[in-house]
Amino acid sequence: MKGMTMRRSVGVAAASAAALLVAGCGGGGPQSGGDSKLTGDKIVLGVLNDQSGAYSELSGRNSVKAVEMAIADFKAKHGDDAVTKDISVETADHQNKPDVANSKAQEMVDRKGVDAILDVPTSSAALKVADVAKEKKKLYFNIGAATTDLTGKSCNKYTFHYAYDTYMLAHGTGTVTTEQVGKNWYILYPNYAFGQDMEKSFTAAIGAAGGQVVGKDGAPFPNTSGDYSSFLLKAPTLNPKPQVLGTMQAGAELVNVVKQYNEFKLREKGVGLAVGLMFITDIHSLTPAALAGTTYTDAWYWNFDKQNREWADRFQSETGTRPSFAHAANYSAAMQYLEAVQAAGTDDADAVVKELEGKEINDLFLRNGKIRAEDHRVVHDAYLAQVKPQAEVKEPWDYVKILKTIPAAEAFRAPSADCKL
Amino acid sequence: MSGFLQNTFNGLVGGAFYALLALGLAVIFGMLRVVNFAHGAFYMLGAFGAYVLLAEAGVPFWAALVIMPLALGLLGMALERAVIHRLTRLDPLYNFLLTFGLTLILQDLVKSRYGVQSSPYATPAELSGTVDFGLFDFPTYRVFILGFTVLLCAAVWWVLGRTRIGMVVRAATERPELTRAFGIDVGRWVTPVFGFGIALAGLAGVLAAPMRAVNPLMGADLIIVVFAVVVIGGLGSIFGSVAAGFGIGLIQAWGEAYLSDYPLVSQTVVFVVMAAVLLWRPAGLFGREEAPA
Repeated sequence: MKGMTMRRSVGVAAASAAALLVAGCGGGGPQSGGDSKLTGDKIVLGVLNDQSGAYSELSGRNSVKAVEMAIADFKAKHGDDAVTKDISVETADHQNKPDVANSKAQEMVDRKGVDAILDVPTSSAALKVADVAKEKKKLYFNIGAATTDLTGKSCNKYTFHYAYDTYMLAHGTGTVTTEQVGKNWYILYPNYAFGQDMEKSFTAAIGAAGGQVVGKDGAPFPNTSGDYSSFLLKAPTLNPKPQVLGTMQAGAELVNVVKQYNEFKLREKGVGLAVGLMFITDIHSLTPAALAGTTYTDAWYWNFDKQNREWADRFQSETGTRPSFAHAANYSAAMQYLEAVQAAGTDDADAVVKELEGKEINDLFLRNGKIRAEDHRVVHDAYLAQVKPQAEVKEPWDYVKILKTIPAAEAFRAPSADCKL
Repeated sequence: MSGFLQNTFNGLVGGAFYALLALGLAVIFGMLRVVNFAHGAFYMLGAFGAYVLLAEAGVPFWAALVIMPLALGLLGMALERAVIHRLTRLDPLYNFLLTFGLTLILQDLVKSRYGVQSSPYATPAELSGTVDFGLFDFPTYRVFILGFTVLLCAAVWWVLGRTRIGMVVRAATERPELTRAFGIDVGRWVTPVFGFGIALAGLAGVLAAPMRAVNPLMGADLIIVVFAVVVIGGLGSIFGSVAAGFGIGLIQAWGEAYLSDYPLVSQTVVFVVMAAVLLWRPAGLFGREEAPA
């Protein structure tokens, strides 16, 4: 037993010495083309997300398509100078379950040779994958999850938080709605990690804007009865009467809240609606008529400008539907990772991280974007959006108008002291 | 006071859905001794069918309210003949597994065609206002649901209590062997009763479409509570399932309104009631102990 341990450590020592030698020889500067330092001379991207449940529409398989589009664009741009021509995508369904996310992420890295993991909605699952990234020293671009813990107490050197977070949502929607619609809020949130986090973030943003939360309730999660009427009946009777109902529910639960908000005619009773987190796919399912006038914070909108629209047209011809911000962010993150590998000339995680940190980027998704070196929060312009009345909707999926661009510097919180990379 | 009345009203509306679903489960269990796990899936198909009829053929809510229960009732009868019927002689567990499998198949079929995103379904224009009750006002659509369900339950009650068909069904439900001994062909009624139970689930689904999120999982979320309702009312008891349906709706609404500071309590109160009822009356509030076989 002892002899075996001895022999193995001798072997390990020899191998590390050899590796050092190789690394020493290759350390001469950026390479391109044939003599690249890629493991297996290929790059594998892993898209890990919900492909069958509540979040499969807003990201899901169409995000895999978006990443494939990024690979095609990268190859077209660099041609023969590309660091490799062998770039592929692996994908898995994590079913929004933290334990499944954890094992699928390990499998991607250990068995499928994945260099970087993308997406991962559902905060609890996202945090598990951050641990895998840290342990395996592989890059991880989180797009689908909202928790600020990814750039707070759970941050690490290999994890980047790309698209949005609870602070961005609360700061945008909370501040502007308080200033423009009303100072008194009633907050309804799903009573679990995401909802509680959203409630705290919104309460802080509303207070900072000079408003107040006159009442708040945590609704059961998941809400098996699908009924929110007791909360909706209570809202207009509070004293002082709230001018805004802030709902933090997501997906199908948001649909239930909005249907019943309309049923009880709260807008007619002087209680406006603000939504914590909404995707274009939610508006499509509720119809703009049910949400007309609702304000929310968006990370990206497909019909914002010519660049977005052209990409959205391509996306539609691939998938048959318009992209959500999660789709665009997956495209962007894949592209930025490939560019960083190209610039570094290697897929070595530490070298790629060095390439990414502090980088300022303008691309399809990131406007005035910057990858903060302090906490790996990717900051960029965010948008305050309002759902159009049905009469102003000119074409399918053209559901919102952008009221205001929130500059990158304001949209996200300052780096947290809890984060030690 | 008006707040209390509003919450009570709401509880009755929520209870109306439980009552319709539990009533269907109760007649099916009574007649076939089958715990139909697929009941929630048929509720979902009712709502989805209404959506598809409206979105793709322009069929309005009122027509869907007739078409969907009929169509699903027929589908239910076909299923009963094709598969469920073959397993009724075996341990009830086999049919439980069969209907559970059916649920997964139906959900995934809808999912693969329409995705998981909720589909839009607007309240019919005639019912989209509110009714003023003096002390408080209430959405017209909810008033309609409540009135409609109460009438329907009363009609079922009348059919079961006052007609010859009802007498046969009741007798077959309570003492199938004895009923057969009197020369009544119980088997004839099994398939229509199953179809009727499924039709009620489909009807509840159509009624739910304007006020709930229409998606493939809407039935799966609800069915757990409905099973608790059926157990509380007494398995197979028709009056018990309706009474327990409305009762549980009330308890849930009051729980959510007055215990909202304790979300865990308001969420589990239904199951606490179920456990208490089972301890006190193992056959449910209105059930009777099975005669030893």
